[in-house]
Amino acid sequence: MFLAQRSLCFPSGRAKFLKTISSSKILGFSASAKMSLKFTNAKRIEGLDGNMWIEFTKLAADPSVVNLGQGFPDISPPTYVKEELSKISAIDSLNQYTRGFGHPSLVKALSYLYEKLYQKQIDSNKEILVTVGAYGSLFNTVQALIDEGDEVILIVPFYDCYEPMVRMAGATPVFIPLRSKPVDGKRWSSSDWTLDPQELESKFNSKTKAIILNTPHNPLGKVYNKEELQVIADLCIKYDTLCISDEVYEWLVYSGNKHLKIATFPGMWERTITIGSAGKTFSVTGWKLGWSIGPNHLIKHLQTVQQNTIYTCATPLQEALAQAFWIDIKRMDDPECYFNSLPKELEVKRDRMVHLLESVGLKPIVPDGGYFIIADVSLLKLSAIPVSAFCNSETKSQFEKFVRFCFIKKDSTLDAAEEIIKAWSVQKS
Amino acid sequence: MAKQLQARRLDGIDHNPWVEFVKLASEHDVVNLGQGFPDFPPPDFAVEAFQHAVSGDFMLNQYTKAFVIIIEPFFDCYEPMTVMAGGRPVFVPLKPGPIQNGELGSSSNWQLDSMELASKFTSRTKALVLNTPNNPLGKVFSREELELVASLCQQHDVVCITDEVYQWMVYDGHPHISIASLPGMWERTLTIGSAGKTFSATGWKVGWVLGPDHIMKHLRTVHQNSIFHCPTQSQAAVAESFEREQLLFGQPSSYFVQFPQAMQRRRDRMVRSLQSVGLKPVVPQGSYFLITDISDFKRKMPDLPGAVDEPYDRRFVKWMIKNKGLVAIPVSIFCSVPHQKHFDHYIRFCFVKDEATLQAMDEKLRKWKAEL
Repeated sequence: MFLAQRSLCFPSGRAKFLKTISSSKILGFSASAKMSLKFTNAKRIEGLDGNMWIEFTKLAADPSVVNLGQGFPDISPPTYVKEELSKISAIDSLNQYTRGFGHPSLVKALSYLYEKLYQKQIDSNKEILVTVGAYGSLFNTVQALIDEGDEVILIVPFYDCYEPMVRMAGATPVFIPLRSKPVDGKRWSSSDWTLDPQELESKFNSKTKAIILNTPHNPLGKVYNKEELQVIADLCIKYDTLCISDEVYEWLVYSGNKHLKIATFPGMWERTITIGSAGKTFSVTGWKLGWSIGPNHLIKHLQTVQQNTIYTCATPLQEALAQAFWIDIKRMDDPECYFNSLPKELEVKRDRMVHLLESVGLKPIVPDGGYFIIADVSLLKLSAIPVSAFCNSETKSQFEKFVRFCFIKKDSTLDAAEEIIKAWSVQKS
Repeated sequence: MAKQLQARRLDGIDHNPWVEFVKLASEHDVVNLGQGFPDFPPPDFAVEAFQHAVSGDFMLNQYTKAFVIIIEPFFDCYEPMTVMAGGRPVFVPLKPGPIQNGELGSSSNWQLDSMELASKFTSRTKALVLNTPNNPLGKVFSREELELVASLCQQHDVVCITDEVYQWMVYDGHPHISIASLPGMWERTLTIGSAGKTFSATGWKVGWVLGPDHIMKHLRTVHQNSIFHCPTQSQAAVAESFEREQLLFGQPSSYFVQFPQAMQRRRDRMVRSLQSVGLKPVVPQGSYFLITDISDFKRKMPDLPGAVDEPYDRRFVKWMIKNKGLVAIPVSIFCSVPHQKHFDHYIRFCFVKDEATLQAMDEKLRKWKAEL
């Protein structure tokens, strides 16, 4: 069965999560009122304790559940990637600390690869930072560059951590929804969802510190095109704003689409941090390695946060990742290169999910990229990850009828999903 | 950009001494006794555990969570972390007692003045950071000393953050005592541990914190809004390593017994070697490190090159790296700025290094002695 729906604790329900600790009961000795204040959480995390992934992970741990929820592959990572890590664990020096801002062989591999994609030189020491997952890059970026009282624009639906991270920095998120054009019998595509340029501009003001962009987009699968990115770039330049571009799904783009980096647009390199992920690139989410790329005058502040938080990332994993990168960098034009083969493999799965969902009368939004597909389920009362979890409270109702399915799953998983969905459809009729 | 780029929380904390010293060490042909990592491998069972973790179930490749009193000298990150959170650090020093001429100092001789410690607590003190065994001194706090800290924490309702990463590295039969085990302390203590120091695998970057749920839940909130997960395989390897140690707990073949015994011998060897060139080591009761008094050198060579106001110990270390090929860490980096001058005649050596490294150190010291 799919994960049952429960009322969600998603971050924008502020009032629910105010917690203070009633200490006299817990501590067991006579306490004055001031005692409970000392043991209270810092204000920066007030209201941020709910997290839907924790809840859904617990529910999905039941082995009878077919998990198309959280975005991790249940397909095997490429063999050479696993082999590299295995070899490396036997090398003594690689079990000890490495360079804090990124293991030298890894940042060299990253700069080599991204220099090609950016068509510019990238200093491996000063313009790249390796973090604990892309999550860690988002955290470092927000902590380094976003201050109390700043505003940060978030495009709805958004990957859920953006909002609490912005709030944890004492800043205010400002929301703008993607809106769908009417579709009229055509197949519904993620490209039908767009931002209204005037509405977007209305969200910028002198307090706007940054906008967070996510392309390819989670959960919609939208791949922003040149014109759309140009609108955003123009506004960033006009209002002198930073752009935080979450591009973890950069390789997962399907036929007819191209991933574009906003940092390559004129005037954008100096104001953009671009975030990538080993987990999504090589299907190894458990390695928890990500990176931030940008100009030194921004990256150096992310490095300051790094040296005052985790200091350095795991060495053997970074070395293994570097080796894996070199293998694929050498064959980037080859269909065997994982950067090429994975999207091909996933496009087949995407099409299968689309077909399956359509066959039971659901309306999927065909994604141009990413791991996920959204379907309008207002005809059936079923749940996977509700898309309302990716929204702030005001826009929640616009997205309540959608659920998100992850299709980077092995065929037997998708077979099991098919059986369940078809069974529902039979039940319903 | 016209606006201030970086958040104000980073003001004053952008410099980091490790970045400087690690770089220096890599640029010169040196024997590195500076940064605290073993340059020998982790025990076989730990390496095997990691091997299992990375070649086993492929699903392990996927995801699997006011005022602060700081006792000086302190592991340097405590201060900037406090500052970054908008807290205000308040420092109280450990001070060495007098030693007889000809005798070696011991880390047990370095103590807190109980009146001075009590005076640092106010109604606005939120936490106290304790580190035992202590880096850089190697002091292992005794039960009496911990009881003093505990009673002040309870009296003033303060949270105790105790960094016990070196908990297994205790010598000469000194017991490591966790302050959380003292009466009244579990409910107000966060105890931090490290796989890197426990299993000589600093590159795995797995650590943990233990404490009562009413405080831990707030750490979990930060965790889920920062890195969210730690790497799966590293955690699996640490778990398997602990399982092995649990079965052997207290027995002679336990890594937690053998490793500190071996390191005690290296400590003793380093103490003897350093004395041969007129350095005065302070014998540590625990940890990876010892500090050494360089007062004689300060008297004989007071004017080593360095920046204006640069503490003597930093200049000495840089001179030693360039001229003697040995890397140590100046102890003033483990002190608050106003107190650095009280510690500028000490440098820290790490003795948790391969035999070959200590032999290389002896070579460098022999040459040095010959030049004296």
